Amino acid sequence: MTSTTRLVGATALVALLSGTATIAAAEEMFVPVLTYRTGAYAPNGIPFTDGFVDYLKLVNARDGGVGGIKLVWEECEFGYATDRGVECYERLKRRRPVAVNPLSTGVTFALTEKAPGDKIPLFTTGYGRSDSADGRVFAWNFPLLGTYWDAADILLQHVAKKEGGNLKGKKIALVYHDSPYGKEPIPVLDERARSMGYELIKLPVTHPGVEQKATWLQIRQGRPDYVFLWGWGVMNSAAIKEAVAVGYPRSKMYGVWWAAAEPDVIPAGQTAAGFNGLTLQAGAEKNSAVHKAILVNVHDKKAGTGKREGVGTVLYNRGVISAMLVVEAIRAAQGKFGKKAMTGEQVRWGAEHLNIDAARIKAMGFEGMLQPIKTSCADHVGAQRSRIHTWDGKQWSYTSDWYSADRNSLRKLVESSANKYAAEKRVQPRDCSKEK
Amino acid sequence: MIYRENGQFKTSYRADQQFFPIRQDRLFMLGLLVVAAVIVPLTASEYLLNAILIPWLILSLAAIGLNILVGYCGQISLGAGGIMAVGAYAAYNIFLRVPVLSFPVVLILSGCAAAAVGMVFGIPSLRIRGLYLAIATLAAQFFIDWLFSRVGWFTNGQPSGSVSTPTIEILGWSLASAESRYLFLLAVVGLLAACAKNLARGHIGRAWMATRDMDVAAEVIGIRLVHAKLTAFGVSSSYLGVAGALWGFLHLGSWEPLAFDITLALAILFMIIIGGLGSVLGGFLGAGFFVALPIFLNRLPVLLGVEWSTATVAHLEQMIFGGLIIFFLIVEPHGLARLWSIGKEKLRLWPFPH
Repeated sequence: MTSTTRLVGATALVALLSGTATIAAAEEMFVPVLTYRTGAYAPNGIPFTDGFVDYLKLVNARDGGVGGIKLVWEECEFGYATDRGVECYERLKRRRPVAVNPLSTGVTFALTEKAPGDKIPLFTTGYGRSDSADGRVFAWNFPLLGTYWDAADILLQHVAKKEGGNLKGKKIALVYHDSPYGKEPIPVLDERARSMGYELIKLPVTHPGVEQKATWLQIRQGRPDYVFLWGWGVMNSAAIKEAVAVGYPRSKMYGVWWAAAEPDVIPAGQTAAGFNGLTLQAGAEKNSAVHKAILVNVHDKKAGTGKREGVGTVLYNRGVISAMLVVEAIRAAQGKFGKKAMTGEQVRWGAEHLNIDAARIKAMGFEGMLQPIKTSCADHVGAQRSRIHTWDGKQWSYTSDWYSADRNSLRKLVESSANKYAAEKRVQPRDCSKEK
Repeated sequence: MIYRENGQFKTSYRADQQFFPIRQDRLFMLGLLVVAAVIVPLTASEYLLNAILIPWLILSLAAIGLNILVGYCGQISLGAGGIMAVGAYAAYNIFLRVPVLSFPVVLILSGCAAAAVGMVFGIPSLRIRGLYLAIATLAAQFFIDWLFSRVGWFTNGQPSGSVSTPTIEILGWSLASAESRYLFLLAVVGLLAACAKNLARGHIGRAWMATRDMDVAAEVIGIRLVHAKLTAFGVSSSYLGVAGALWGFLHLGSWEPLAFDITLALAILFMIIIGGLGSVLGGFLGAGFFVALPIFLNRLPVLLGVEWSTATVAHLEQMIFGGLIIFFLIVEPHGLARLWSIGKEKLRLWPFPH
């Protein structure tokens, strides 16, 4: 028996020591795909990754890559566990990625410490740390399209509008995933509770969030006027089922953009009707030009990553948009550095100089899904706009106009938090007037 | 033939009581040390260091710490994750609030803080034992989890509850690169492992083992149970605390309370069960099993050139890993360390077994 075990051990050691570092050739650009196709967060991780990879396939098949350079990618499963996510990053880092999408707030926090040293930009489209909107301190983080503080602000604008502009004396319950992700909106909600006069009830839900009986009993007792749901994975559908069980009206529930997709409402069936969610710009759109292009160039050639029916669902679209932002950052970088394979450092420059206007959005086939995006050295978000969409039992449809987050008041919070981080880390913020 | 101690006569008590009484063992350890301290940092890739060797060293230290309590003193504990969190947050706060202190001093202080907390939560062990004690330590785990995620002072008021650490410098030596962190960890873990081995074979360790084997009998022969149990909790917790601080500062760089939850506590407990209860070597083997094997299984299809979907590979990884745990427990319930000593016994007779 010992000889067998020794053999297994030796094989393992040799394989690990030799490694499979296949450095990307100069004519390719490598995009790592951190994902979770298993575990409690798989219902949401799968459509996102399918959309992300499908868009990369589309760019290769239709355009021959970006500026003539093919994209290559590799998936790495980490099951939403931070330590395994970091291992994935270390594993894929050797192929010189142009940008990393961590797809987890916890992993984003860990990689924020590593990315500057490795010179790899982090794209955290609609997630990550909110204060990383401040590009002076967080040069390598790009929370594009909106942070959780923007989301909290927009949700408050929406419910205030419903109440005729006044939230005084109202009660809002925040049901949140007890992790950095779920805790992110609390500073903004707390601050607004003071200025707007509502009462905030904070109800943490422990990972993975299957068990929420106690939380919803508290809601039944406290009778909040609105419930903001900051969940992810099975926690979302569990919350909606519990809301049904305690008789809390779904129309008073608002999910952040990670709690506003099909896998969250479908398990609750018809009873989920009326549930509202924020969109990260796009919701469930199936008929944009980009979808037709993906169906023709990817799915019709039997190269689709997921099921054909999945194309155009909320999280699929978010994956497509996240991949598109990486591609556009590469394109912007190629505009300055020439049409060749870009490095992470060059793509970071591109991401900081994104300027996706209405004409470009139309040309890419995202018309109606996106609003213009423009980033700068100081502003790494680029656009802070969102709509509300509502589930009618069969599909999502928009039930509000575009909102814009209150840039001025949030910026103060962002800067004070970023400055605190810089002081703790003992780093000097960049001077944006000197950046080219 | 090679591994045989014939002709090595011990002429003094000193020689008889040394760490590795057999010359071949000493040479082997020396060789291992040279490989670990010179050859590995020179040749290993950044990935191997960052993703495998560094977490392995830190978790080995944690496993050795828990082994002192569970393996040597027989007090079962499910609170290892919480005690590691105490060490990590103590180090974070000391580093933040007293910036003049050097990192090794911070490490020692965080070990002391964890030891104090561990001894407090060890008090129930004086009255209860076995499964009941396990439940009491589980309470410690949940209490500490709750404390760090709810009390803002510990995380310096971070909105997300996630803290991050600056790059460490020790007397001008920066621990930014993977090699430097590895070498620092090797020194710390090597030193503490040697201390643990020495403690375990001294009178303190004998008191622990007597308590483990039968506490009434131990009391009858004059061992103070209060003293034995609380020292085991204290020493074990200080090891776990140092491991927690290292895990936060040198491996994660940024962490949230979730990083030290019950999953980690159970993983460390499984490490010592698989590695071998009551053995320092077992800590290293068990941690290696838990760190390297899942990653190896995950990468195996790519290494073999098989194209499977990410989900299939992830499911297979979990199934095979679970299967191997059961396999090793059936083949050798005393852990991998026992397999190692059986191997050594066989080697002494090789090539002429009777």
